[in-house]
Amino acid sequence: MRLFTHNMLSSNIKGVANGFPLRIEVDQVVEKQVDFHPDFLRNMFPKLEWKALVDAARTMGYTELPEEADSSMLESEEFLRKLHHALLELHLEEGALVCPETGRKFPVNKGIPNMLLHEDEV
Amino acid sequence: MSPKTAQIRLVSSHPEVYEPCDDSFALVDALLADRTNILDHCPRLCLEVGCGSGYVIASLALMLGQELPGVYYFATDINAHALRVTRETLDAHAVDAELLCMDIASGLEKRLAGMVDVMVVNPPYVPTPDYEVGREGIASAWAGGENGRSVIDRILPVADRLLSDKGWLYMVTLTTNDPSQICLLMRKKGYASRIVVQRSTEEESLHIIKFWRDSDIQLDTKEILTTNKSVPARVKDSLVSQFSQLSFWRGTNSNCL
Ligand SMILES: C[S@@+](CC[C@H](N)C(=O)[O-])C[C@H]1O[C@@H](n2cnc3c(N)ncnc32)[C@H](O)[C@@H]1O
Repeated sequence: MRLFTHNMLSSNIKGVANGFPLRIEVDQVVEKQVDFHPDFLRNMFPKLEWKALVDAARTMGYTELPEEADSSMLESEEFLRKLHHALLELHLEEGALVCPETGRKFPVNKGIPNMLLHEDEV
Repeated sequence: MSPKTAQIRLVSSHPEVYEPCDDSFALVDALLADRTNILDHCPRLCLEVGCGSGYVIASLALMLGQELPGVYYFATDINAHALRVTRETLDAHAVDAELLCMDIASGLEKRLAGMVDVMVVNPPYVPTPDYEVGREGIASAWAGGENGRSVIDRILPVADRLLSDKGWLYMVTLTTNDPSQICLLMRKKGYASRIVVQRSTEEESLHIIKFWRDSDIQLDTKEILTTNKSVPARVKDSLVSQFSQLSFWRGTNSNCL
């Protein structure tokens, strides 16, 4: 699971008001290089919850993102490269996503989060 | 067919995962038929709900990949085995997608609302008793409840929520699902529709329908809502006739499903 996906995921257990962001528990992170597409980053930037991304990246061991960001930074290639790496190249391979309100853990195995709910959670 | 998608190989399988069948092929054919439009459309985010073996999402990624390299793909399935098979299918074809085990798109609905440009679905659409729907195992690949509509009817509002203003939905339906009624339902949400591919087997007729937001229809719908009128009879008739003509059409026979 990439951090772009993490930024788009929330816990939707019945009764949870705002299940975002999911806390990340790391067992294994893998890095996979992918081609750099600045247009994608510029397009997605306005949709990102920045703080959630910075925290998630830090949990995954990447600390290069600035605490605050605004769209003027999209002019800087250096910033875009860091954003690219954080959003698309870091994968949570093994671990869990934890609902911020209930503490319920959603396991991540082989890079695939299991967000299925139990009967009493829907 | 584009030579690249024709090469999709089934590198992995699992007794509980749906193998690509006539419906999967028809859906990919529809995407191929519409490929130039999709390229012009420049999608950023694509989503497949119910990816099964990964045949469709891998085909989509391959057919768009060269011209549109920076696209992000999501694929969901309720069956964890399906996602593992999808991963192997994607890897074997050197394409990638984010795989998520969830009911329809439940964990994405909040944050991904209004962002999906292309959504593809080959839903479980076979009429079955309702209790067979969504159970563990291979049955959930086809079990669609009454008229095969129980999962489809839950997918439509999700699609409406996730699709961007310019978003397109491609969905497989069977004649028994009452596709003209599905189009009417979507019309009430402001969507126009068109049959991209039609195909018949011994017992059934498959339609791949494309839906998109249409501003004229949205105005129409507002009027319907505010004046409490129903959908004009001419619209209903034209939708119904589109589909009824097709049920006589006979194509290649099939022995799957
Ligand atoms: C007809 S198969 C299609 C598989 C594949 N897309 C293809 O075309 O070959 C339907 C798929 O939807 C999945 N599915 C059924 N109900 C679902 C749900 N509620 N949410 C997500 N996926 C579901 C099934 O596990 C199955 O893989």
